[in-house]
Amino acid sequence: MHSFYFHDEHNLFRKSLRDFLDKEIVPEIDQWEENGRVSKSAFKKMGEMGYYGLGMDEKYGGVNTDVFYTIILIEELNKCNSGGTAASLLAHSTLAMEHLQKNGNDFLKTNYLKPAINGDLIGCLAITEPNAGSDVASIKTSAVKKENHYILNGSKTFITNGVYSDFMVVATRTENTGFEGISMMLIDSKWEGVSATPLKKLGWHASDTGEISFDNVKVPFEHLIGEENQGFYYIMQRFELERLVLSTGALASAEYALDYGLKYLSEREAFGRPLSKFQELRHRVAQLSSEIESLKSFNYQICRSFSDGYDVTTQCAMVKLLSTELMDKVSYEVLQFLGGYGYMEEYQAARIFRDSRIGTIGGGTSEIMREIIAKQIIQ
Amino acid sequence: MKNYYFNEDHEMFRQGLKDFLAKEVIPNIEKWEEEQRIPKEVFKKFGDMGYLGLNYPEKYGGTDADFFYSVVFVEEISKVFSGGFMAAFSVQQYMSSPYLFKHGSEFIKEKYLTKAITGDAICSIAITEPNAGSDVANIRTTAVREGDHYIVNGSKTFITSGVYGDVLITVVKTDPSEGFNGISLLVIDRHADGVSATKLKKLGWHASDTAELAFDNVKVPVENLLGDENQGFFYLMGGLQLERLVGAIGGYAGSESALDYSLQYMSEREAFGRSINKFQVLRHRVAQMASEIECIKYFVYNCCKLHADGEYVVKECSMAKLLGTELSDKVMYQCLQFFGGYGYMEEYKMARMFRDSRIGTIGGGTSEIMREIIAKMVIDDKSYAKTTSKSNPISNTKKTDSIKEEKTKSNNQNTTNTKIMSYENTLNAMKEKAASADALGSILKLNFGENQIVIDGTNGGNVVSGDDAEANCTVDVSLEDFTAMVKGELNPMGAFMAGKMKVKGDTGIALKLQSLMG
Ligand SMILES: Cc1cc2nc3c(=O)[nH]c(=O)nc-3n(C[C@H](O)[C@H](O)[C@H](O)COP(=O)(O)OP(=O)(O)OC[C@H]3O[C@@H](n4cnc5c(N)ncnc54)[C@H](O)[C@@H]3O)c2cc1C
Ligand SMILES: Cc1cc2nc3c(=O)[nH]c(=O)nc-3n(C[C@H](O)[C@H](O)[C@H](O)COP(=O)(O)OP(=O)(O)OC[C@H]3O[C@@H](n4cnc5c(N)ncnc54)[C@H](O)[C@@H]3O)c2cc1C
Repeated sequence: MHSFYFHDEHNLFRKSLRDFLDKEIVPEIDQWEENGRVSKSAFKKMGEMGYYGLGMDEKYGGVNTDVFYTIILIEELNKCNSGGTAASLLAHSTLAMEHLQKNGNDFLKTNYLKPAINGDLIGCLAITEPNAGSDVASIKTSAVKKENHYILNGSKTFITNGVYSDFMVVATRTENTGFEGISMMLIDSKWEGVSATPLKKLGWHASDTGEISFDNVKVPFEHLIGEENQGFYYIMQRFELERLVLSTGALASAEYALDYGLKYLSEREAFGRPLSKFQELRHRVAQLSSEIESLKSFNYQICRSFSDGYDVTTQCAMVKLLSTELMDKVSYEVLQFLGGYGYMEEYQAARIFRDSRIGTIGGGTSEIMREIIAKQIIQ
Repeated sequence: MKNYYFNEDHEMFRQGLKDFLAKEVIPNIEKWEEEQRIPKEVFKKFGDMGYLGLNYPEKYGGTDADFFYSVVFVEEISKVFSGGFMAAFSVQQYMSSPYLFKHGSEFIKEKYLTKAITGDAICSIAITEPNAGSDVANIRTTAVREGDHYIVNGSKTFITSGVYGDVLITVVKTDPSEGFNGISLLVIDRHADGVSATKLKKLGWHASDTAELAFDNVKVPVENLLGDENQGFFYLMGGLQLERLVGAIGGYAGSESALDYSLQYMSEREAFGRSINKFQVLRHRVAQMASEIECIKYFVYNCCKLHADGEYVVKECSMAKLLGTELSDKVMYQCLQFFGGYGYMEEYKMARMFRDSRIGTIGGGTSEIMREIIAKMVIDDKSYAKTTSKSNPISNTKKTDSIKEEKTKSNNQNTTNTKIMSYENTLNAMKEKAASADALGSILKLNFGENQIVIDGTNGGNVVSGDDAEANCTVDVSLEDFTAMVKGELNPMGAFMAGKMKVKGDTGIALKLQSLMG
């Protein structure tokens, strides 16, 4: 079905990636879920294998690959049953590094992007604030010019990798006007005045989520990413890819969850036969797998259009909306398939369920997706 | 978003068809709905335009166009605000006449197919019986051979175009002692002695006539048998994918049409001092439906492409039919809501679209049957073998290659400008590099086409040789690209991912080139 997008090379890449994940990542996950963070060494290993170089500048150690390698990376990471692990390992590249890659100057690329590709430095993207989530244009964190520095003050919250990352790509206000006064800056976590606290949350336990505060942080001018006051547009431009990352992740997790549920259905017996023989359950599986299959096909076609350079803003919002909502539905049903065991941590369904719930919130809520789509198609 | 399926010719065809429908069909729909039939001349007009033989060979009067012309055709006839109209014309071209083409003898093709294509013969497919719908193997209508004829007895019901049509492709039991192994397909003249029809009243699809048929000792010449005796069930199965795709297209295209129609209304209707398209809940409902329509549409295109390329995609087509028709019901329900009381009035088209949609999840295999099939394939891992191999009207068509052409583009970037080292120098360089590297533990062959380098790392160290040998892993690579790797200008991992290295065998070994290159 999807051979239009994945050729032999891609399939080999997927296989070697899968081997790597099963050997180096999966065995660690329970520990990371416990610790509330993915270990630094995992980023390093990913870097050594070249996974953070996909689609990045060759000059800084990246490799020029088509978008479907990145898709494979996202899919396989989301099939390790830890939403937090995938989020953490991918926020580094698809959120933080993307901004550097697209708009960073040579100084930033040499000192941050290159080590990020190698896995030596970990990044995060900090946009959301306690009082500005969906409404990005209302952020308050500000950077004021003073001599040859900006002085940064404010706070960010819900930031994936926010506590343990080495650098932060931060959205800040450089003018007092709405969305036109936002700039992106790279903040080194070691700098004076930067502090972060971890937040406790429903799921995504393996990923650290930080509340960050900036207290008179001195930011050299060369740490400005791209042009001043263009930040809002940069954020918007990254949204297409970001949403494809989320939709791809949601669909891969949904597939993983359904496979897991199916395996259970075929092993567990009730009333003298395997659960997989009950028509009601079978039809639910059929319905869910149809929805997954159709969304996957839609998603790949958008990825393809995106990588060929066509405008897919509306479709990215559509697919992000549908995929994350589907993932919630699938994770709910799969837990149901397992009965009481579904509620126990011994089985994977519980984690699948709680990790799924963030999908319709992070990276733009379902309501915001519908706002975007409605604007595009009404009138 | 780029649509990779339709080219300019398809779009021109679409425009011509739209103009034709706007002139010949849409102004008359109300009348046909009222009279509960579509006049024969309309079929003839479609035939004259070449619209009824899109995928059939020119020899029989067809156009021999690729399958995406049919996708355009079905999309557009689904947007004329009459499910009944859409039904009659999709049965004609996609659910009945394909059997004439795929399994009919030359005699049958000359006599019936050519007329189906010109629009002189209106065709039906008669499978369902009062006591056998979903369970096709259970039909009772019999055909008993007597000399040069079959004698047919029994009844059929819910047969589209069965009242006013001309040709009935009828599913009969030629061996009543068997289930699906005793089924055959007969071409029966609707006007033959002993065939009678009663017109059924129904919830929607008013423009289309639906018949209950009785066969009372009907004499059918043996040359009217399609294909072989007792193979009918398999022929039917072979036709289902096309039927389901048509159902799926009707589902999303009808939905699109209803949503467009609603958006127009919502921009004009005012309440509480503003147009109702400003209310957020309504906007979000529109956004949700538009997303679902868009998703399923592209999924169906994907399935159509596979079908057009001759793949047998049972699971995907069943999924498409299931999702497309259920979506349509959901969309019609919501769209009617947008119209408030006007939605319930026949003055607007919403009421008709709502009732016409409701048959989607029943006809052509119910949603429950679709889920049965999908469940079998997904859960029991059952893969349906292709039941008919030859003369699928679709696989005869030209392949739509746009996707394949475009996909190679992105692979051909980043060519390096390294000057090529000679083969001998490369071999020597490799000997040097391999000597200082860890043993590979297996045999790796680099194949440059004319010659090769074999690195044998099975005996503690790495032995590099230019002689051909069996290897655990063979890498096809150009000498140019390999030279770049040796010089450290191209990263082997990157070369692999950019498609510059083709690996046969264990990829893990190929990736060890990374360490060999140091
Ligand atoms: C685990 C986790 C990780 C995250 N990681 C990051 C990260 O790495 N970087 C980062 O910058 N952010 C991150 N976020 C933040 C995330 O992007 C925001 O939570 C999200 O954008 C929603 O913002 P909010 O939480 O302030 O909700 P609000 O904007 O306050 O929304 C609350 C509710 O109101 C609804 N709503 C808002 N506006 C409208 C409207 N116009 N119409 C209708 N309904 C509306 C929303 O849909 C939602 O249901 C993360 C969040 C979580 C939970
Ligand atoms: C307007 C219209 C036009 C039609 N046109 C044609 C035509 O041109 N030619 C033709 O041959 N037929 C035609 N049909 C018939 C149509 O294909 C059948 O109605 C359909 O296949 C369902 O069969 P049935 O009506 O006998 O329902 P049944 O098979 O009796 O099914 C009744 C209910 O039971 C469910 N069910 C059945 N089996 C199972 C199972 N194993 N598990 C769970 N649930 C099950 C069904 O999904 C359905 O909900 C038409 C029907 C209509 C309404």
